[in-house]
Amino acid sequence: MTVDRREFLSRTGKLLLLTGAAAGALEHVLAGQAEAAPGYAETDHWWGMIIDIDKCIGCGNCVRACKEENDVPHEPYYFRTWVERYHVDPSDIEHPAVDSPNGGFDGFPERYKPGDGAKSFFVPKLCNHCVESPCVQVCPVGATFRSRDGVVLVDKDYCLGCRYCVQACPYGCRYIDPRRHVVDKCDLCYHRITKGLTTACAEACPTGARQLVDLKDPKDPVHEFLRTRSIQVLKPQMATHAKVFYAGLDGSVR
Amino acid sequence: MGNMIPGVDGYMYPNEMELQWGLLIVLYPFITGLVAGAFILASLERVFKVEQVKPTYRLALLTALAFLLVAPLPLQLHLGHPERSFEMYLTPHLTSAMAMFGFVYLWYLMAVLLLEIWLEWRREIVLLADSTTGWRRRVYRVLTLGSRNISERALALDDRVGWLVTLIGIPSAFLLHGYVGFIFGSVKANPWWSTPLMPIVFLFSAIVSGIALVLLMYMAVCALKGVATDMRCADTMGRYLLYAFVIDFSLEMLDLLHRVYEADESFKSLDFMVHTRLYASHILVQIVAGTMLPIGLLALAQVLSLTERARRGLYAAATVLTLVGIFAMRWNIVIGGQLFSKSFLGYTTYKMEFATREGLFTAALLLALPFAILWGLVRLLPPWTSEWETKADRPSPA
Repeated sequence: MTVDRREFLSRTGKLLLLTGAAAGALEHVLAGQAEAAPGYAETDHWWGMIIDIDKCIGCGNCVRACKEENDVPHEPYYFRTWVERYHVDPSDIEHPAVDSPNGGFDGFPERYKPGDGAKSFFVPKLCNHCVESPCVQVCPVGATFRSRDGVVLVDKDYCLGCRYCVQACPYGCRYIDPRRHVVDKCDLCYHRITKGLTTACAEACPTGARQLVDLKDPKDPVHEFLRTRSIQVLKPQMATHAKVFYAGLDGSVR
Repeated sequence: MGNMIPGVDGYMYPNEMELQWGLLIVLYPFITGLVAGAFILASLERVFKVEQVKPTYRLALLTALAFLLVAPLPLQLHLGHPERSFEMYLTPHLTSAMAMFGFVYLWYLMAVLLLEIWLEWRREIVLLADSTTGWRRRVYRVLTLGSRNISERALALDDRVGWLVTLIGIPSAFLLHGYVGFIFGSVKANPWWSTPLMPIVFLFSAIVSGIALVLLMYMAVCALKGVATDMRCADTMGRYLLYAFVIDFSLEMLDLLHRVYEADESFKSLDFMVHTRLYASHILVQIVAGTMLPIGLLALAQVLSLTERARRGLYAAATVLTLVGIFAMRWNIVIGGQLFSKSFLGYTTYKMEFATREGLFTAALLLALPFAILWGLVRLLPPWTSEWETKADRPSPA
């Protein structure tokens, strides 16, 4: 078959135009979809996390592991997960003293003496992967979305950087990445959990205070945990259907 | 609590230290409010036949257009990725209040404001297309959009359609600004914003700011052109401004009273904020200097029999204070809503930038830009009607 130059150019031109258009269209179709992993079926899982307050020692391993694993900016005030220290005077439980120096990244310097009449404990925090997420609701382009396995994810090639989701999150879990000018937050180490691993924070926790759970897995210890322990989610009044479940959470925590 | 972070008291969630929305997002509701307010004022004359405000009708329309053209700019400049903003049109997320902005904006710009302005000026555009030369002629020819019939019947039809557009325009203006209020009012995570009153308060404050701006500009333009201010017009606008302001203030006080009386979990935090970091901008500038004082001045103009000159002075002072007050209100909502932690345990500070993309200079430029656009629009589509030309000779009643 002989193809003259004119025809060749015309065909190539059409081909380029069509693939370009198709690629452009596909980009819109794929926006708002979770990254696929081989052998992983999204609909078989429903991810969440359980946190046992009594087991958290405030070592900051989780914060460090998270920043390392997920390339979170190291300067303070950008966190996918952080740890808070509560110090509650029983005579004034509505006004706890709270601190989180560098998000707990370096652990906690000694501040309170044992026997000072107050109680102290640590509260690890992260995205609650809410089923009724206010952040997903407000995103103007659907760059923030909930995957079918219950993880709230961000499509960073799609995010406008409008920051409405940061305003909408009641828990302060989102920040704008100063390098890419798009929003970032905990994605439950989605690149790990879809390959059968646990999250970086859970893996680094020396006491097992935080554990990734799959609520769709009948053998997951989460069911026993939820049945036998006194469970609370953060800010239940926000009605976000949060999936980070705390055992032994004090009423003073917000 | 020993936090070593400058500007922060108590405990903020770590990601909360940085304010997300700054000065440019203060400008956004301020500017759209002026648009909606100016348009609603123009509609008074058109739909409700308030003859007294007729001299300002065309000026109000052009003012609305000049500000509307600038309204999306602060949003664009604020985005982390402005080049992606078009995605809001291509793949709008239907549950997002913000996703509707583009559509509400386009509807208002294309279906209401441009159409009404075109119909209003069509006769003059056609005449100018014939009487001018060179590039101006080409511009006016394009502006005729090929419709050069200015027979009486055609103009009567223009008038009827224009009336209909204005009729649709009133709810559209309500939508435009009520909607901006909803963007803030629907954020349940933020108790300073989250109230169903927000769209209504935004709407009335928009009407207040729009009337104030047009009244101020009308008097300024009269002074610049050396024509006498039509005091019937100025007095009527002053009266409407007073009424709208009283409603606006009542709504805001209702909101405040409700918060104080209910005193829910967020109240101590917000109360503290209003008495410290927001004291100057909220209590002093917004409520005292920007609301009570202008309401008092406008009321004085009603109850005292003052000379024209004195009334003009009162109106000028009242409108400037009003605009400052409404700007402060936008500031207190946008910035104020981010100064406290959602843990209700701490407070941060807004650090204004200067020569940056979202800084003070950009904001000043964006506030000046509508006036530059208006200057051009007035040259392109002169708003002066017979009411303006005869003013100088006609002695107006004191």
